[in-house]
Amino acid sequence: MEDLNTADSLLNKRLSRREMLKIAGVGGIGLLLGGGGAYGALAVKETLAKNSAPSKGDASGSRVGFYGEHQAGIITPAQHFLSFASFDLTTSSLADVRQLFQSWTEAAAAMTSGDLIGNSNNNLNLPPSDTGETAGLSPSKLTITFGVGPSFFDNRFGLAGKRPTTFGELPKFRGDALQTEWCGGDIGVQVCADDLQVAFHAVRNLARIARGTAVLRWMQDGFQRTGPADPSNGTPRNLMGFKDGTGNPDIADAQAMKEIVWAGSGDGAAWMKGGSYLVARRIRMRIEIWDRSTLDDQERTFGRHRDTGAPLGMRDEFAPLDLNAKNTAGEPALPMNSHSRLAHMDGATKILRRAYSYTGGMDAKTGQLDAGLFFISYQRDIQKQFIPMQQILAASDKLNEYIVHVGSAAFACFPGTRPGGYIGETLF
Amino acid sequence: MKKQHYYVPVAAAVLTAALLLSGCNSGDKTANTYNSSGAEAGTTTEAAANEGNAAAANDSEFTAAVEQYRAYVIQECDAFVTETEKFVNAVNGGDIETAKSLYAPSRMHYERIEPIAEALGDLDPNIDARDGDVEASEWRGFHRLEKALWEDKTTEGQQEFADRLLSDAKLLRAKVETVEIDASLLVTGAVELLNEVSTSKVTGEEERYSRTDLYDFAANLEGAKKIYELLQPNLAEKDENLDKQIADRFTALEAELAPFKEGEGYVSYDKLQDSDVRNLSQNLDALAEPLSQMGKLLGV
Repeated sequence: MEDLNTADSLLNKRLSRREMLKIAGVGGIGLLLGGGGAYGALAVKETLAKNSAPSKGDASGSRVGFYGEHQAGIITPAQHFLSFASFDLTTSSLADVRQLFQSWTEAAAAMTSGDLIGNSNNNLNLPPSDTGETAGLSPSKLTITFGVGPSFFDNRFGLAGKRPTTFGELPKFRGDALQTEWCGGDIGVQVCADDLQVAFHAVRNLARIARGTAVLRWMQDGFQRTGPADPSNGTPRNLMGFKDGTGNPDIADAQAMKEIVWAGSGDGAAWMKGGSYLVARRIRMRIEIWDRSTLDDQERTFGRHRDTGAPLGMRDEFAPLDLNAKNTAGEPALPMNSHSRLAHMDGATKILRRAYSYTGGMDAKTGQLDAGLFFISYQRDIQKQFIPMQQILAASDKLNEYIVHVGSAAFACFPGTRPGGYIGETLF
Repeated sequence: MKKQHYYVPVAAAVLTAALLLSGCNSGDKTANTYNSSGAEAGTTTEAAANEGNAAAANDSEFTAAVEQYRAYVIQECDAFVTETEKFVNAVNGGDIETAKSLYAPSRMHYERIEPIAEALGDLDPNIDARDGDVEASEWRGFHRLEKALWEDKTTEGQQEFADRLLSDAKLLRAKVETVEIDASLLVTGAVELLNEVSTSKVTGEEERYSRTDLYDFAANLEGAKKIYELLQPNLAEKDENLDKQIADRFTALEAELAPFKEGEGYVSYDKLQDSDVRNLSQNLDALAEPLSQMGKLLGV
């Protein structure tokens, strides 16, 4: 890490550690710096400039463009941290909602560019328009993704007729132990960034802008391992110690994304074209019980080896699941109730997962850890994709011994917008 | 009354420095004057210089509002002394029930003008400190008597505190004449009153024995609204949308508080559900946010 920090300072911090590590993976950082630090650093910078999308005022590629056909934060490679906020509208005026989304869009465009919000940050007689904790920080790949929940389409705003036909409250699944304080919301905002302070800043400022129009309903931070902790950028592990997301579809495959993630004009509502439907589930892990389960039990629960992430009996993490494989005892190699087998859905149904680990600290009632998975998935059609999959898992998954779903929400995430437009304009 | 208030004397010093300079436009000289007055130097010096510039720019525009606010403060102070005297007499006469009924209403006069009292040094802790806010040996004022009436259920041994409360109230009335009020104090005072609600009243921490927090809530709110009303003509001229937003949100918060009125007063804080508290708190934040933008009146 010493060398890497030196490299950072040589670059005037315009290159993130993670990108430095990626470069290191190719050429070796010692080599680059060995032949004259400054020259090496320049070479790195040029390499990156070629490989990353052009971005305003940020050569390191730590800015993810806000505008586009789709909202950022859906097929954007998962950043290290999540801050998810659910809001309830306190207004009953559609004009107020429109104004809110216009103000939010403006603020989100500024924050994702690494700029301060608003134009009164230097007036001594006023509270600054930006709360200031990200001043001088890079955008840290900040993305802010907005959607509306089923409750938005009640009779308050005259938009009941615009509710996508495929979009409603999720059904109750077997074993659900949902707590009202972790469920629902008129508006969902998924904030992701490679820095938790940057992510929190976004939620905080959006909540501030919303005061008088919308209030926070619930909020959950999430995390994954960070880039510096995993230079190889492998599949992240969940808090049960297993790799999570191995079977995810390839976000670089535009055709797959079109089939799995992006709503077309026929997917529920025309205004959702280019958007995507989000499901969020706060899944608490019974950590203490899991920790006293044998490795064999744990691996049979997931149907994968903990060490490699490979399907049981295989060595390669990305080996396709062979549902017919038998072990030496002649039993299915992948137990019939194992998580990966059931979630595979015979390969017919896919979703794009974007899960993060979470912790709420200690459960004051029991003294146990409150921790688990904040599951997020994106799909074209919740009824055809998420619901059938979750019904099967809820009914049979061996993992249910160790988890309990305590929170649940669904949001219809809007298509993207262009400069001058605002998120939600196709609906409002 | 909360611990953070003890920085207020420093704020008052800053204000004084600003006033000293009201006839002088140089920021540098502001800083020098401030330093030579023997107050804290360092980062606060810059703040003093800035306050000086800001306040000097627009005093005349707000003369009418400032004078009307001064009259309001004096009127509330007069009522505060009168009502406190009745309360103190009940305590000294051993009439617990009467004392209890007078406790919260008499405090309301104080709560409406709390930022002014806080600008007057030790008066606020002497009148309004809660148990734990000050050294135990120095604890006196309303909340000491509150504990005697509701928790200990006796007035025995309270005469000393009752008499001192009345003399402190009279001292406040005398000193209030000397408080320098300017537009900047009005603007920050209105927000401070709502911050008071936010930190201790809406949470039920102010009146831990009597549970009369909603009286204080209402009084703080009325005090903030008075300031808004005095500045409203200037604000409407400067930023019509902001003015409307503030007016609407006062109305909304008052509507949320209304169901908890009972006779001349308010229901016990214990009657509030968790959802009521959250609702009141969120409506309060919704009002305080635009109210904090009233500083626009003071220019850049």
